Amino acid sequence: MIVVEDLHKHFGGFHAVDGASLSIAEGSITGLIGPNGAGKTTLFNVIAGVLPPTSGRVTMKGEDITGLPPHELFDKGLLRTFQIAHEFSSMTVRENLMMVPGGQTGETLWNTWFHRARIREEEATLLKRADEVLEFLTIDHLKDEKAGNLSGGQKKLLELGRTMMVDAKIVFLDEVGAGVNRTLLNTIGDAIIRLNKERGYTFVVIEHDMDFIDRLCDPVICMAEGKVLAEGTLAEIKANEHVIEAYLGTGLKNKTVGASA
Amino acid sequence: MDFLNAIVALANFVIIPATVYGSQLALGALGVTLIYGILRFSNFAHGDTMAFGTMVTILITWWFQSMGINFGILPTALLALPFGIAITSLFLLGTDRVVYKFYREKKSEPVIFVIVSLGVMFMMNGIVRFIIGTGDQRFADGERFIISTREFKAMTGLQEGLAIRFTQGITVVTAIIVVAALFYFLNRTRTGKSMRAFSDNEDLALLSGINPERVVMVTWIIVAGLATIAGVLYGLDKTFKPFTYFQLLLPIFASAIVGGLGNPLGAIAGGFVIAFSEVSVTYAFKKVLGYLLPESLEPDSLVQLLSTDYKFAVSFVILIIVLLVKPTGLFKGKSV
Ligand SMILES: Nc1ncnc2c1ncn2[C@@H]1O[C@H](COP(=O)(O)OP(=O)(O)OP(=O)(O)O)[C@@H](O)[C@H]1O
Ligand SMILES: [Mg+2]
Repeated sequence: MIVVEDLHKHFGGFHAVDGASLSIAEGSITGLIGPNGAGKTTLFNVIAGVLPPTSGRVTMKGEDITGLPPHELFDKGLLRTFQIAHEFSSMTVRENLMMVPGGQTGETLWNTWFHRARIREEEATLLKRADEVLEFLTIDHLKDEKAGNLSGGQKKLLELGRTMMVDAKIVFLDEVGAGVNRTLLNTIGDAIIRLNKERGYTFVVIEHDMDFIDRLCDPVICMAEGKVLAEGTLAEIKANEHVIEAYLGTGLKNKTVGASA
Repeated sequence: MDFLNAIVALANFVIIPATVYGSQLALGALGVTLIYGILRFSNFAHGDTMAFGTMVTILITWWFQSMGINFGILPTALLALPFGIAITSLFLLGTDRVVYKFYREKKSEPVIFVIVSLGVMFMMNGIVRFIIGTGDQRFADGERFIISTREFKAMTGLQEGLAIRFTQGITVVTAIIVVAALFYFLNRTRTGKSMRAFSDNEDLALLSGINPERVVMVTWIIVAGLATIAGVLYGLDKTFKPFTYFQLLLPIFASAIVGGLGNPLGAIAGGFVIAFSEVSVTYAFKKVLGYLLPESLEPDSLVQLLSTDYKFAVSFVILIIVLLVKPTGLFKGKSV
């Protein structure tokens, strides 16, 4: 689905992504792990068109999408969430969700004043969809709250909700689970699995929580210092000595591999 | 009686002119604030955009007048206004295409945009002076009054007179309509919400299927509308002179910053704060106090804090105070 070839992203002399190559299989939930500062978020930013790559190529279903602006990638069904939750703070939660779908009739000045009936219809549909999403995420009681007033965890849910407002093809989730309590984390996990199964979303999930990764992801890719260290099932990754050295450490290996085996 | 006379004098020389001037500043500041919020730079060419829009409207007004077309009791300029806005929109979209777009694609720093807008300002400045000249132009087909001093005196029997010019009434009414329409647009329509979304969180807006180029386009069109309306109202109320419009940049920026840059509500409040301060600081209160105080206490001087020549200093001082005390402005804007 997505193939990244020898991607580099340099900030001045610093190589945040340093020759990463990987491919994401269609229909998979791929995990992306690695130590802090490994370049995971930067990789997302480059793929999603937020940052131009220094060199390298990204293709989606064979089509070169390197450096396309984010809204064009959005139109192609490529969505991402932010590690630090973003929201339109002065709009309500529901409005935040309704902003997501592109190509709405009401987007041009002309239609705004002259195609009001069609816009009303569209908005009614969007509103229904937004309410369904909020219910799904168990935050429907917050729908009229200003998004800026949500708690950190609730904002993370809103991030996920955004990806459910359109028919995405591939969704990059940057630590959706961080700062979210266990129960909610399970809800998010359920949501991801359902979207993957029922709607055929492909996911790439950055997480530091190994249980979460274990539950959802196959395969798992481990990055360190801007490079891909290893790829395989979580068990394989955990057994990989480079990964143990760079990220997991020996203590964790013994403990969790034992638990999940 | 004296008390009423004092109030009438105050209304006539302070309250009414300041309300009118405040409306004009508010419309100007709205344009500046929208550009700052959405395109993220301080547009120094805004005063000259107002001049350009007004010039086009004046030319069309003259043409209408020469053809004998009029708008009943309303100034012909109001009839020419939509055409003025349309042409100014095209002009701004053209400027964006050939100038700003280049820097946007390069993702230049805001400070580069500010300097670029300075260049655009000089260009517009030249165009306007080349076409219409540097002199004073009147285009308000004659002065008409809603109520004149004489009528008011005859009506009330007061010593002090009160005059409200037609153009003053039009200014306030138009400003109210425009502001209401703008807020409806920003809060209720998808296009308006896209603009707010863009101003609120650009990164997220870009990832939400919002086409940034379209938002930019709509912003320029709305700014053209606001600038032309503000300029024409100011010109109808006083006269049109390119240099005056260039000077208006200071009180307009002061209004936008005092209210909180990027915040539309703030721009309006700021406009009135600046207008009322400017008018009352430069007004000689001798007359008003003369009515209110007993004869022995009556002031000999004019009781005028600043001569009108220094009126721009008022904006400047308020600006500095606000930046020192509350850098985000009265309403929460983006900090500058
Ligand atoms: N805009 C930037 N300018 C300069 N350096 C940057 C920039 N963005 C990221 N970096 C650097 O690139 C490196 C990789 O950062 P990145 O955010 O991709 O890490 P990460 O793998 O997502 O880490 P974490 O797990 O902590 O989120 C870091 O050392 C960071 O300091
Ligand atoms: Mg990260």
